[in-house]
Amino acid sequence: MRRMDLSETTRRDLNSQLHALLPNTDETHWRVENPEGQHALAVGLNIPVTVEIAGHAGYYCAGMNSEATVIIEGNAGVGVAENMMSGRVHVKGDASQSAGATAQGGLLVIDGNASARCGISMKGVRIVVKGSIGPMSAFMAQSGTMVVLGDAGDALGDSIYEAKLFVRGTVKSLGADCVEKEVRDEHREELRTLLDAAGLKDEADVGEFKRYGSARTLYNFHVDNAAAY
Amino acid sequence: MCGIVGLFLKDQSLESQLGALLANMLEIMTDRGPDSAGFAIYGSGDVGYRKLTVRGGNLDGIANALGAGIAGIVRDSHLVLSMPAEEEDSVRGWLATERPDLVVIGAGQRIELYKEVGLPAQVTKRFDLAAMAGTHGIGHTRMATESAVTTDGAHPFSTGPDQCLVHNGSLSNHRSLRRMLEPMGMRFATDNDSEVAAAYLTWRLQEGSTLAEALEGSLNDLDGFFTFVVGTESGFAVLRDPISCKPAVIAETDQYVAFGSEYRALVNLPRINRACVFEPEPARVYAWERN
Repeated sequence: MRRMDLSETTRRDLNSQLHALLPNTDETHWRVENPEGQHALAVGLNIPVTVEIAGHAGYYCAGMNSEATVIIEGNAGVGVAENMMSGRVHVKGDASQSAGATAQGGLLVIDGNASARCGISMKGVRIVVKGSIGPMSAFMAQSGTMVVLGDAGDALGDSIYEAKLFVRGTVKSLGADCVEKEVRDEHREELRTLLDAAGLKDEADVGEFKRYGSARTLYNFHVDNAAAY
Repeated sequence: MCGIVGLFLKDQSLESQLGALLANMLEIMTDRGPDSAGFAIYGSGDVGYRKLTVRGGNLDGIANALGAGIAGIVRDSHLVLSMPAEEEDSVRGWLATERPDLVVIGAGQRIELYKEVGLPAQVTKRFDLAAMAGTHGIGHTRMATESAVTTDGAHPFSTGPDQCLVHNGSLSNHRSLRRMLEPMGMRFATDNDSEVAAAYLTWRLQEGSTLAEALEGSLNDLDGFFTFVVGTESGFAVLRDPISCKPAVIAETDQYVAFGSEYRALVNLPRINRACVFEPEPARVYAWERN
């Protein structure tokens, strides 16, 4: 295992060394000590290595991730796993705003709570939050799946396209064009697969979740709204 | 962008370190606000006495000129005058007549307030913040976006006794609020939007609201983006607007409550590893009072 101590090494050095790794590297396990909330840690990784961040991370940790596994053993700042393409990002504490924003693939697991705008404009990522999510989450979500074991704040799924949202707790309010939908067998199956992938085999019963998605009334311009412009 | 920090001590044994801890927090926030910096410290002060923080040049000799019973400490471009409370009006009157070039930027039983243009590390050094003691303090590093880089535009703003406010964000209805507050007796020293927010809270407190109620009111009456950290003689409060674009992190232990725009600002606080670290929710008032 490679240890990088950020009280002695710069974050740019850390990221450069991670970017220089070749796909056949033997150095597949990295541990980053004393992160102290620094920004842009382990961003832009594109090979299947595991990076453990031993503490709190700042903004955009594991942004643009492909194939790598990034584990944050504390809280994550704004935009964790932003624009992730594939791989896995696991936040053991809470995540700040815009977790998983615009992410196109991979799995983001948050053990604590995620604050406002979790999954904003998500485009295929799978997000599992064991706690609750803040207001305006899944805003303009386009595809992918979000599972929340706790509650959702105001305006969930505002202007949502085809993403699927599963919430076990209460939803404070739904955003424009987001509606509750029937949970069918294929959804229960997908939910089970995702919960298992997030390490929640015995902790969550798929029968307890409600599903939310797009009513699809905002897809096309409606001539009755012409006067509004 | 701006950086804001705050530290409210619960444990008296940390009071001698308040300035040093706050100075470090401010310096870490330099890349959020390299233009200017400022801070308010709630230090010593007896009931029945007042402190005025005065800013300007040629400060030596003012306390002597004011006569017996008035003490003064000069720190760089700031002078803190201490006096029996009943002398406050005559001291203000003397300053207005004899030294109209000076501005009173803070007043109260315990508050002292300092701000200057420059890098936060330079500003904290000029006033020797690291040597200051107190129960709580609030600081700000400014990256000016709406108005010029001047000392007047630096935070904190103090518009009432022992009150101060720092603000990250921008208000869009500050002109109309100012017109509403002026007939209520609020006076403004600058054109800054954050000063209007401070005066709004001062007005609500004067009307009998608690600090928490005053902040609740601001959710209805202020339009714009804000994260506020507010200090009073005995209190400390945090509020974010409902959209909550401006960042905020709180860390709480049995020794202190600390606020930072980012977690980085808090990393050198005592036993931060054992603190409860959380992001304050939008549109929710967080307030603490000293026992």
